[in-house]
Amino acid sequence: MAETLVTPQNPVEQFLRMDRIPHIWCPGCGIGTSVNSFARALVDAQIDTKHLAIVSGIGCSGRVAGYTKFDSFHTTHGRAIPFATGLKLANPKMNVVVYSGDGDLFAIGGNHLIHAARRNVDLKVVCVNNLIYAMTGGQTAPTTPGAVTTSTNPYGTYDPAFNLPYLVEAAGAVYVARWTAFHVRQLARSMEEMFAKKGFSFIEVLSPCPTLYQRRNKMGDGLDTMKFYKEKSKVRNGAPTSEVGLSKSGEIVVGKFVDRERNDYGMLMHDRMVEALGDDYVETEACSCQ
Amino acid sequence: MAKGSVQIVVERCKACGFCVEFCPTHVLALSSAFNAKGYHTPYMVHPEKCSGCDLCGMYCPDFAIFGFKSAEETKKTQAKPESKEAAAPPPAAVESEEAPDAR
Amino acid sequence: MHADPAGVLTGSHFLDGDHACCEGALAAGARFSSGYPITPSTEVVERFASRVPTVGGVFIQMEDELAASIALQGAVWGGAKAFTVTSGPGFSLMMEHIGYAAMTETPCVFVDVQRGGPSTGLPTLPAQADMMQARWGSHGDYAIIALCPNSPQECFDLTITAFNYAEKYRCPVFVMLDEVVGHMTEKVVIPPAEQIDVEPRRYTKLPPEAFALYEPDADLVPDMPHVGEGYNVHVTGLTHDERGYPDMRPAVQDRLVKRLVEKITKNVDKITLFEEDQIDGADVVVVSYGITSRVAQRAIDMARAKGVKVGKFRLITAWPFPEKQIAAIAEKVKALVVPELNLGQMVREVERAAAGKATVRLVPHAGGSVHKPEDILNAILEVTRG
Repeated sequence: MAETLVTPQNPVEQFLRMDRIPHIWCPGCGIGTSVNSFARALVDAQIDTKHLAIVSGIGCSGRVAGYTKFDSFHTTHGRAIPFATGLKLANPKMNVVVYSGDGDLFAIGGNHLIHAARRNVDLKVVCVNNLIYAMTGGQTAPTTPGAVTTSTNPYGTYDPAFNLPYLVEAAGAVYVARWTAFHVRQLARSMEEMFAKKGFSFIEVLSPCPTLYQRRNKMGDGLDTMKFYKEKSKVRNGAPTSEVGLSKSGEIVVGKFVDRERNDYGMLMHDRMVEALGDDYVETEACSCQ
Repeated sequence: MAKGSVQIVVERCKACGFCVEFCPTHVLALSSAFNAKGYHTPYMVHPEKCSGCDLCGMYCPDFAIFGFKSAEETKKTQAKPESKEAAAPPPAAVESEEAPDAR
Repeated sequence: MHADPAGVLTGSHFLDGDHACCEGALAAGARFSSGYPITPSTEVVERFASRVPTVGGVFIQMEDELAASIALQGAVWGGAKAFTVTSGPGFSLMMEHIGYAAMTETPCVFVDVQRGGPSTGLPTLPAQADMMQARWGSHGDYAIIALCPNSPQECFDLTITAFNYAEKYRCPVFVMLDEVVGHMTEKVVIPPAEQIDVEPRRYTKLPPEAFALYEPDADLVPDMPHVGEGYNVHVTGLTHDERGYPDMRPAVQDRLVKRLVEKITKNVDKITLFEEDQIDGADVVVVSYGITSRVAQRAIDMARAKGVKVGKFRLITAWPFPEKQIAAIAEKVKALVVPELNLGQMVREVERAAAGKATVRLVPHAGGSVHKPEDILNAILEVTRG
């Protein structure tokens, strides 16, 4: 076989709507990088993508649904998780991924996130955290660290920021990890592990936002931020999530923090109904109509 | 013979520099030529050092570059037990439509 | 298609409107509801929570109406017929997602058991003041269908109609109860399943390669895909083309939004439901809907006893508004009397359709109870005299 005869396809392309590429993300944005890890995880975990649904909200990260070739749903701001909950409960054989941003999932969507985690709904949640509201022009997010400039805090932020893994663990998630866009392989592995979990699973992916967050704060471009991640990250698998909060320029703790077993919501519902109703409980594979 | 090579879709590249920076064997550099949008795209300055690990492909936010192992290298890897580190898929007979433009 | 017998509680029952509404949903094939408690609607989903595990489906009480109104849409795309119920404050919260349902053409049913407003208002007392909100509540241009039952029996029947319209026209459909209809208990006859007509989901017969998500049929409504079968649908609230892909061009916006409206307006004759009585030869016609129509009937009877030639027109579909019918009546009569439990909402549509051909007399009521028949009677007598 000649060496140069055929060239293989980029492994991510099979999962992309190639008729919509190039995408809208900026040079040096980490969202596309996270999608590569996601594609790698799908291949390695041998996920049946016919039964994969991806649900996203509004924002730059929310655009992932539009570029990926699955049954994909671009919903309203903050409400990807309840949409995904309805989809999963009505059609449990679908593998439901929520792919969205920090503002979408933790500000406007915060309430839905904590309840889905509390219930342990079987959702795989990827939160790309760029510490800002990027799509709308760089406003403060609940994750923006202190004393940085944003468009709605022109004199510098003073809101305390959420520690996402801590919040999600406390709410009840069974799998909690954080990586950065620099950690492409570890992120892919985490995503693969997430697919094997049943229950509310959450991965935070820190990403550069060169155009809004970095530029306004003179922090360089996307590559500078990736180098910053490389320098400042410390892998601490199993670290207590209370200790992994981020600061403007301090250490970034990454790793898999929580991996535990709890019955997922579907199982809880099923068990209760069987207990209460016995044979009167009509179990269906899906709530489908003709 | 290099263990691997890369394929670059020049028009998709936005010259973020991730692939150049994070290639473990420093195969890539940004060229002086540029694409239609004015970005200086990468090229293989040390092609002989490419292992086909596809780390460049994993980093690329624009899906503009990916690495693959040569046919020979793939045969070798397939002979060994499955390794989690195997990055690129085997070179299946999929003819790429884009010109493999790696200057 | 006939109803699935599993959801049909055939027999003669003594039920209130809320309970009858739940049975209507089950008979129509609803197997998913996501709800949030709000008086006076909660009984609908409480009954559903109790019934659906023995029929085969899911009820989930969500954390708020924002979640309830979108979870049901996820379930619809997952393959279920789904609905939610609410009242004023919850209705307001659901508006964004009502717009999402309209934009994505998600077939679903929203039941609003209207109560006194605005804001917290009168949680346990009736009003009919959400009628304009049902039509215009979400931002942007779109069209919906709204039905107004005036009895527990109609709560059962019209909820089935609502689900059928939702599947046929792929839009959110509203069942506008009010607290009195919701809480009044009357005989409700539920026929055998084979006598109940249920509209199947308009699933496409095309394979994934040939299918475009929003390519309309001749009736201006597109067919739906099955999720999980390789169609790789892309559903978005952004303005989109026939593939479902976002497209910002004004020509695309024009084409899409006009079709969202026209699929209702152009099919209005197939959608409109009303009840009329003694219109021919009438001097005045009373136009009413919901619980007010029951009080209006008493007033009409009292007026007829006094020799007044008064006709009755009852809106069963309030939206799309039966313009043609009202315009035709306005040509022939002196006046239209419009009692409603609000300070003037559907009366504006009556005025618009009448186009000055007849006097239009509103009989308002701020809510909290139903009209006294005398108030409507006096209005009838006034317009007849004047």
